[in-house]
Amino acid sequence: MQQATTDVMATARTIAERWKGAEGPLLPILNALQAELGHVPRETLPVIAETLNLTRAEVYGVVSFYHDYREHPPGRHVLKLCRAEACQAMGGDAVAERLAARLGAGFHETAADGSVTVEPVYCLGLCACAPSAMLDGRVIGRLDEAAIEEIAAEVQR
Amino acid sequence: MTVTVYVPRDSGAKALGADRVADAIGAEIARRGVDARVVRNGSRGLYWLEPMVEVQTANGRVAYGPVRPADVASLFDCGFLAGDQHRLWLGRAEAIPFLQRQTRLTFARCGITDPVSLADYRAHGGLRGLQAALAMTAEEIVATVTESGLRGRGGAGFPTGIKWNTVRETPGAQKYIVCNADEGDSGTFSDRMIMEGDPFVLIEGMAIAGLATGATKGYVYLRSEYPDAAVILDEAMAAARAAGVLGPDILGSGRAFDMEVRIGAGAYVCGEETALLDSLEGKRGQVRAKPPLPAHKGLFGRPTVVNNVISLASVPIILDRGAAFYRDFGMGRSRGTIPIQLAGNVRHGGLFEAAFGMTLGELVDDIGGGTASGRPVKAVQVGGPLGAYFPPALFDTPFDYEAFAAKDGLIGHAGIVVFDDTADMLKQARFAFEFCAVESCGKCTPCRLGSVRGVELLDRLAADVTPQRQLETVTDLCETMKFGSLCALGGFTPYPVMSALTHFPDDFRPRAVPQAAE
Ligand SMILES: Cc1cc2nc3c(=O)[nH]c(=O)nc-3n(C[C@H](O)[C@H](O)[C@H](O)COP(=O)(O)O)c2cc1C
Ligand code: SF4
Ligand code: FES
Repeated sequence: MQQATTDVMATARTIAERWKGAEGPLLPILNALQAELGHVPRETLPVIAETLNLTRAEVYGVVSFYHDYREHPPGRHVLKLCRAEACQAMGGDAVAERLAARLGAGFHETAADGSVTVEPVYCLGLCACAPSAMLDGRVIGRLDEAAIEEIAAEVQR
Repeated sequence: MTVTVYVPRDSGAKALGADRVADAIGAEIARRGVDARVVRNGSRGLYWLEPMVEVQTANGRVAYGPVRPADVASLFDCGFLAGDQHRLWLGRAEAIPFLQRQTRLTFARCGITDPVSLADYRAHGGLRGLQAALAMTAEEIVATVTESGLRGRGGAGFPTGIKWNTVRETPGAQKYIVCNADEGDSGTFSDRMIMEGDPFVLIEGMAIAGLATGATKGYVYLRSEYPDAAVILDEAMAAARAAGVLGPDILGSGRAFDMEVRIGAGAYVCGEETALLDSLEGKRGQVRAKPPLPAHKGLFGRPTVVNNVISLASVPIILDRGAAFYRDFGMGRSRGTIPIQLAGNVRHGGLFEAAFGMTLGELVDDIGGGTASGRPVKAVQVGGPLGAYFPPALFDTPFDYEAFAAKDGLIGHAGIVVFDDTADMLKQARFAFEFCAVESCGKCTPCRLGSVRGVELLDRLAADVTPQRQLETVTDLCETMKFGSLCALGGFTPYPVMSALTHFPDDFRPRAVPQAAE
């Protein structure tokens, strides 16, 4: 545990140092940190603040503003499911319900077995092949029963 | 001779299995030992046919689609490398009516070239606009863009040349070109398609904007929902830098311009230009009060052009072909072409670039082919989540900024989302409020709290609690939001709500709630 915390802090420090000299470095740092760790741990914020000469409150204010940043680690997989209009027009709400039942996780939830976290997203630019989703960064269009089963199989593997 | 097979790497095509198809074709080429290669192009934007595979033949590019991995072996068996017949044969790509009826200026190369091959880009007319610009003064470039009539494609429709001129005339040691690639509007994907399918045209447009204004540094603010576009843009920028298209000495001119991509973090409001600038600076993406204009005090307080992807990507052809060429397309004060995106419950969903002026009905029924479900069209939402819902009764409205405004609607980023007769417009109105509540930057009370209140009111209406009173209160609330909001998120949410109410009053009548039956 102690070791893990040290690693996390070291990662945060390395990333922050790498971007320190750039214009507007905070979002790139937070994005890199989340890409690395799956979330933005609260305990790393002082390190980032210190490196960039900001207050902790400023950094926290930014982290809490953006939908992407997670305070806690997600499940092993992350499913972003589009909730916006083009997907609604193609039965997206029903697909979301089906997936929630199949995966055991609705929007903003992680399945009890830790397999997957489901997050809402408002448009993936796949509106001509709706309803759509993104599983661990991979795009999936025209979600039908077969695609739902494929997603379930992949996350529960 | 090596046969070239094109399989799109566009994320819309990938979402429908293009990667697996490309792998299957590659494996089949190896297995059969035939002389062929796979090039990953952009998408032509005919998504009901994606993954659409094309083969270069003596008679042009022959298309097949939609191709599934299981179809690949039979394609080879039928001789598709020679463009021969197959169940999925579509004929010459260019002759497909959906493509033939378009006027592709901004998207001239999209789906045709290898998006990260600069040689391909040049061979298809790329860099001619930049070369022309390098031979002109900044004033001349700005004048050309102004005369072309190009208006911002991000939604507000502000004349691009006028914005550039302000930045040009504002003194500053460091100026910036910021490309707004936040593309938050649902039902839109033209920015994504051009970034994935022809990124050099955006790079070229940004470099020209730099020459026109004296800016030497560019940023693309790209939404995090587009990771594939980020990869392709990075590859293209590296190629451009290696060839001296970007860098300290653009095309040997002695003029400098370079750019980088910055990724957002999931906030619709960061598409608003001042919120975007705050976000780029590493702050919360909150809307700034104007003035000062970004053109005067933008990124880090310096003179900054903020333009949408499509606005910038339309500049190279204007510089190449001249202002008059571009201006001659269109109607009224809407000049040139606009890439319209047909989305949602539509049979032929995709990208359709056309001169302004086609009617909404032509686009939805004729080009789009009606609904995907085969049921009657009930409504279309034009212009993203802040756009109005139009019934078929308004389908004679021409696609033009002013004509849409006259019908209490907006073109926005030119997305059209089609709904069939199963749509519940009260639910859509409720979603508009909900979306506003989720995405509000929190600066103005009418937006932050009004949106939450709107959801409650519509819920009560749906539950038949004094419905007439709820309707009146919703109408008042919309007035308050319209006039008391700093930006269009709060200010335009009334568009989808009030248009749903106005055009579909039946959906807002008391419903038979089973448990409430007496
Ligand atoms: C809430 C909100 C969201 C917006 N989102 C975008 C967007 O995603 N992309 C975009 O180009 N413009 C967006 N805009 C418009 C921008 O504020 C700005 O007008 C535009 O980037 C200017 O570029 P243009 O003149 O080339 O259109 C948005 C505006 C508002 C109020
Ligand atoms: S209208 Fe909403 S999003 Fe726009 S500035 Fe006000 S609170 Fe922020
Ligand atoms: S609305 Fe769902 S992908 Fe665009």
